[in-house]
Amino acid sequence: MTSVAIRIRGLRRTFGDVVAVDDVDIDVMDGEFLTLLGPSGSGKTTVLRMIAGFERPDAGTIELAGVDVTEMPPYARDVNTVFQDYALFPHMTVIQNVEYGLMVKKVPKAERQQRALAALESVRLAGYERRRPSQLSGGQRQRVALARALVNRPQVLLLDEPLGALDLKLREQMQVELKEIQREVGITFVFVTHDQDEALTMSDRIAVFNEGRIAQIGTPMEIYEHPGSPFVAGFVGTSNLLTEEAARAVLGRGGVWSVRPEKIQVARGTVEPAPHQHAVQGRIREVVYVGMSTRFLVDLTVGGQLMVVEQNSDAGATERHAMRGQDVTLLWDSDHEYQVSSSSDGR
Amino acid sequence: MQLTRTSKVLLTAFAVVAFSFVYIPLGVILINSFSVNKSLAWPPRGFTTEWWGRAIDNEGVREALLTSVVLGLLATAVALVLGTLTAFALGRFTFFGRESISLLVILPIALPGIVTGIALNNVFTSFLGGLTFLTLVVAHGTFCIVIVYNNALARIRRMGRSLEEASADLGARGWTTFRRVTFPMMRSALIAGAVLAFGLSFDEIIVTTFTAGPGITTLPIWIYQNLFRPNQAPVVNVVAAVLVLISILPVYVAQKLSGSESERGGGLI
Repeated sequence: MTSVAIRIRGLRRTFGDVVAVDDVDIDVMDGEFLTLLGPSGSGKTTVLRMIAGFERPDAGTIELAGVDVTEMPPYARDVNTVFQDYALFPHMTVIQNVEYGLMVKKVPKAERQQRALAALESVRLAGYERRRPSQLSGGQRQRVALARALVNRPQVLLLDEPLGALDLKLREQMQVELKEIQREVGITFVFVTHDQDEALTMSDRIAVFNEGRIAQIGTPMEIYEHPGSPFVAGFVGTSNLLTEEAARAVLGRGGVWSVRPEKIQVARGTVEPAPHQHAVQGRIREVVYVGMSTRFLVDLTVGGQLMVVEQNSDAGATERHAMRGQDVTLLWDSDHEYQVSSSSDGR
Repeated sequence: MQLTRTSKVLLTAFAVVAFSFVYIPLGVILINSFSVNKSLAWPPRGFTTEWWGRAIDNEGVREALLTSVVLGLLATAVALVLGTLTAFALGRFTFFGRESISLLVILPIALPGIVTGIALNNVFTSFLGGLTFLTLVVAHGTFCIVIVYNNALARIRRMGRSLEEASADLGARGWTTFRRVTFPMMRSALIAGAVLAFGLSFDEIIVTTFTAGPGITTLPIWIYQNLFRPNQAPVVNVVAAVLVLISILPVYVAQKLSGSESERGGGLI
């Protein structure tokens, strides 16, 4: 049976007049990879900093493995952080950085050296012990920061947008590596990012933050396929909404509905939907070729717009490109439409 | 930036003139300290090391030098403690009156020395029972603090908080974090500040005149008193030459330290 690694209840934090975090409840399971996803200023980093102990909550409690740590200073908590700017000590070598946590906990020199070397090896930086942080590349610094945190074998590892400063290729590579490392060490990861792709590819569960609150929490599939609010539908994936009148005309019900762009088929002219399908007429306003796929932006006759993505798996890319201005019917399985709100202004 | 030939020549000429004005007189002092002339006349009629020997044997010079060194060290020590603490208070915390205090800390360096001197002189003689060596230390401390404070504050700002947070996160308590992270990060800035503060105290003359207790002579004051005395001019030259040589060192050290590695601001290239 898995137990709860972090239990957060009623967490609240204000900065002056700004409510940064408002009544947040989260249970993070042992060994879980939980991502806090949200735009900047949504409170995700503040939650992370409160778990680490750098910020005091105004209200609420934080438990680590059943122990209330809300009032504990950072050094007394069995969590370690990988900082956004890595925060490597510039006056120490790589190995001294990695050994730091063990040194202040008075681990004998031989053991800490051995553990630090093993940690560096696990992030594939063996041979870099004597370098200074200033002599490393961004990706290497990131790995040192990871090794410095992991070498302490904390209950929980907190990662504050650790891949934000890396270029795209390196970031994608580190996403895979981080996930592998997490599986190997089995430590609970709490990962903060504003990048939805990162969240979807790495996480066991995602907590989507909006204006200091959790808008939705669930597996990547739940979040993507069943967004619980227009905000989540828009922030994770492409916002593809049918609102009020359009929804009433197409689906026969009001409210706000979401259909993911890759679930929609484009048919020329007017086509009758099959019994399990819904259909809407429209005119293609824009065709965008994006290599792997083609994007259609379609103005609906009932008002509003939908985006459709088709894979360029066949040879039809050239034909698709010529479809601008044509009248089409958009079809999708009614299984793939989700109500994200019962009214058009709801969250 | 590309320069035309004419502007290159002009700029070079200006630079040569400017440097000449500063450094030729220093060179003259150095040469004069070996001159056989008894007054400050030019050119030297011959060279001798007699004045250097006399300066070294001169008890007044030796005492004044000792006074200046002790005074500089004490004022620097006071400035290091108070300046660093102030920099942490103002750099790390927000509180009522923070901006005003930061202005008040910096002000003594901008105030005319004569004003500071008279003001301190009044307070010391009217309320604190007269001038001593201690009043001189306090007086020098007022402007030495500014130098240390400025250096420390710049470093604190540049350092940010995340290194200390990282240290705490890794299990270090406040004192360990200070000893292992904060202080090593601050050290070069503090040394640079201390060296400059010492230099400032070492050649200060105006405030010193007003706040030194009776019979206390610092090296600059000794020079001033002896400059126009018959037969003392050559010895003054030697002392001045030594001061020039000595001052190069702390300035060089301070520049090197405050501009070390990747965090160069201005200073030596």
